[in-house]
Amino acid sequence: MTYMKTLLAGSLALTLGAATAEAQETKVIGVSIPAATHGWAGGMNYHAQEAVARLEKVYPDLQFVLATASDPGKQVNDIEDMMATRNINALVVLPFESEPLTAPVQAVAEAGAWVTVVDRGLSVEGIEDLYVAGDNPGFGRVSGEYMASKMPDGGKIVVLRGIPTTIDNQRVEGFEAGIEGSGIEILGMEHGNWNRDDSFNVMQDFLSKYPQIDAVWASDDDMAVGVLAAIEASGRDDIQFVLGGAGMKEMIKRVMDNDSMIPADVTYPPSMIATAIELTAIAMTSTAPVSGTFTIGSVLVTPENAEQYYFPDSPF
Amino acid sequence: MAMDTTTPASRRSLPSMSVLGPIIALVALVVIGALLNPNFLGAANITNVLARSAFIGIIAVGTTFVITAGGLDLSVGSMAAFIAGLMILVMNAALPTLGVGVPIILLGMATALAAGLIAGLINGFLITTLGIEAFIVTLGTMGIYRSLVTWLADGGTLSLDFGLRTFYRPVYFDGILGISWPIIVFALVVIGGEILMSRSRFGRHCAATGSNEHVAHYSNVNVNRTRLFTYAMLGMLVGVATIMYVPRLGSASASTGVLWELEAIAAVIIGGTVLKGGFGRVWGTVIGVLILSMIDNILNLTDLVSPYLNGAIQGVIIVLAVILQREAKAKG
Repeated sequence: MTYMKTLLAGSLALTLGAATAEAQETKVIGVSIPAATHGWAGGMNYHAQEAVARLEKVYPDLQFVLATASDPGKQVNDIEDMMATRNINALVVLPFESEPLTAPVQAVAEAGAWVTVVDRGLSVEGIEDLYVAGDNPGFGRVSGEYMASKMPDGGKIVVLRGIPTTIDNQRVEGFEAGIEGSGIEILGMEHGNWNRDDSFNVMQDFLSKYPQIDAVWASDDDMAVGVLAAIEASGRDDIQFVLGGAGMKEMIKRVMDNDSMIPADVTYPPSMIATAIELTAIAMTSTAPVSGTFTIGSVLVTPENAEQYYFPDSPF
Repeated sequence: MAMDTTTPASRRSLPSMSVLGPIIALVALVVIGALLNPNFLGAANITNVLARSAFIGIIAVGTTFVITAGGLDLSVGSMAAFIAGLMILVMNAALPTLGVGVPIILLGMATALAAGLIAGLINGFLITTLGIEAFIVTLGTMGIYRSLVTWLADGGTLSLDFGLRTFYRPVYFDGILGISWPIIVFALVVIGGEILMSRSRFGRHCAATGSNEHVAHYSNVNVNRTRLFTYAMLGMLVGVATIMYVPRLGSASASTGVLWELEAIAAVIIGGTVLKGGFGRVWGTVIGVLILSMIDNILNLTDLVSPYLNGAIQGVIIVLAVILQREAKAKG
C-alpha cells in the first residue's frame, strides 16, 4: 500500500514538474460557470464538459480549468484562484450575477488575460474581448410571432413568466412586440419562476380564473411541464397548445413526434457555452480575429427541423 | 397546579388571541378571496389549494413536533427532493423486473418511507447523541441532500418512466368521493398528529423537553430519545409527502422542494407553536399552512397587486400573525 502511494506521489510530482516545464508553451483557459442547479444550467454544464474534452484533443497545447459555482461569491473565489494558482491566459465566464462578478472579471482583464463573457453581460461595458450572448428579446419575438401565425384570428392566452430579472423582462417585451396587432389578448401574466411546481400552481389558478383560454405561452420548457400537468388534471379542452422555450430534449422530442399540444419550441441553447469556449480556443491558438459580440439567435423548432436540435445524451 | 385551575375558567370566557388570531386571519382570507373572485370557493379551486398544501402540510406537522421539543430542521426541503429523486431512480430501475403495477408503486413508497426514516434518524443521531446544534446539523444535511439530488440527476431532471407515471398519477389526482388522496392523507396525518400531541405521553414529553430540558430530564423524561423520535417522525413524514409529490409531475430536480423548510417553519409559527419550544399546536399548523397557500392562490386569482409583491404580502401576514399572538400574551 505504502509502496503504491509512493509510486503514485512520485508520478504525480513528475507530471506536475513536466507541466511547469511546459508552461511556457501551454496556454491555460479557465472556464467559470454556475453549477447545475436547474435544467438549463445542467445542459450548459454538460456542453461545457463536452467542449473541454473535445478541445483538449484538438489543441494539445491548450489546458482547461473548469470550475462550477453554486453562488456568486463562490464564483468570485474560483476566478481569483484561477488567476493566482493556474495563471490563466484566458477566462470564459458565465456570470452568476452581473454586479458582483464585474470587478473580479475586470481584474482578470487588467492582468492581461483574454476575457470571454457568456449570456449574462457585466455591468460595465468594454471589459470583455468577446461577448457570446443569447438573444432574449429575439427569443420573445420569435415566440410571439409564432403565436400570432398559429392564431390568425386572435385568441385569449395566458403567460407564465420566469424569475423577475432583466432576461425575463426583455423576453416578455419581445413577445408583446411579436403579437402586436394580431388580435391576441393576454388575459394574465404571473411568475412561474422557471420552475415546474410553481408553474403548475399558477396554471391551476389561471384555469380557475379564466373559463376560456386558447393557448399558453409558458416561455420555458420546465414551466411547460407544469402547465401541461395542470391542464391534463383539469380535464379542460379549450387550450389548443402550449409554447415553451429553451429546447429541453423531452419537449423537442414531443415536437418531433407531432404532439398537437406542443407544436413548436423556441431555442435558447445552453450549448452557447461551447461556442464561447471554442471561439476562445481559436483566439488563443490562431491569429484569426474573434473579438466582438457573437449573438446566438433563437430559432423556432418545428417538426420539420426538430431532429437537429435533439440531444438525447444531454441532461437537458 | 395553579395553572390547571385557572385554564378552564379562562377558556369558558373567550379563547385567547393566540388561539383566535390564526383562525380570524384564515376566515378573513376566505372572505376576501370569495369577494374578489367567485371561482375562489368553487370545488375545483378548493381541491387545488388543499391538495397543493398537502406536501408542506404533512411536513409541517412533523416540524411542529421537532420545534415543540426545542429543535429545528432546515433539511426537509432538500430531503424531499433527494427522496423524490431516489424513489424515481429505484422505480425506474425496478421497471424491467416488476413491470407496471401495484408492486412497483409499493416498492417506491417503501423506498420513500425508509429513506425518510433513515435521513431523520441521521439528523436526530447527530443532534442528540453527538450533541451538535440542530441548526448546524440540518444546515449541513440540507446542503448534502440538495447536492445529492443534483448529482443523481446529473444537473438535469429525473423523470419517472412515462407508463409508470400514468399508472401512479391517480395517487395525486384521484381520491374517494371527490376528495383527492393528498387531502385525505394530509387529514389523517393531522388527526394522528393532533392526538399524539395533545393526548399522548409522547406529546407531553416533547413539550417538557422543549420548555426545560433539565427539568424534563429530572422528571424522568428521556430527553434524547424524545428528540430522536421527533426527527425520525419528521423524516418519515417527508417520505409520506414525497409519495404524494412524485405522482403529480413525475419528476424531481435540484429545484424541487426549494424553501419548503422555511414555509413549514413559518406555518408552524403562524399556527401558534412557540419557536423556542415547549408548546405546540398541530391544528394551528394546519391553519398556518392554509393561510400561506391561500395567499398565493388569491394573489394569482386577482390582479390586485403586482406579482412582484407576492413575497412581501406573505411576509407581512407572517409577521402580523405573530404580532397578534404576542400582544395577546403580553395582555393575558
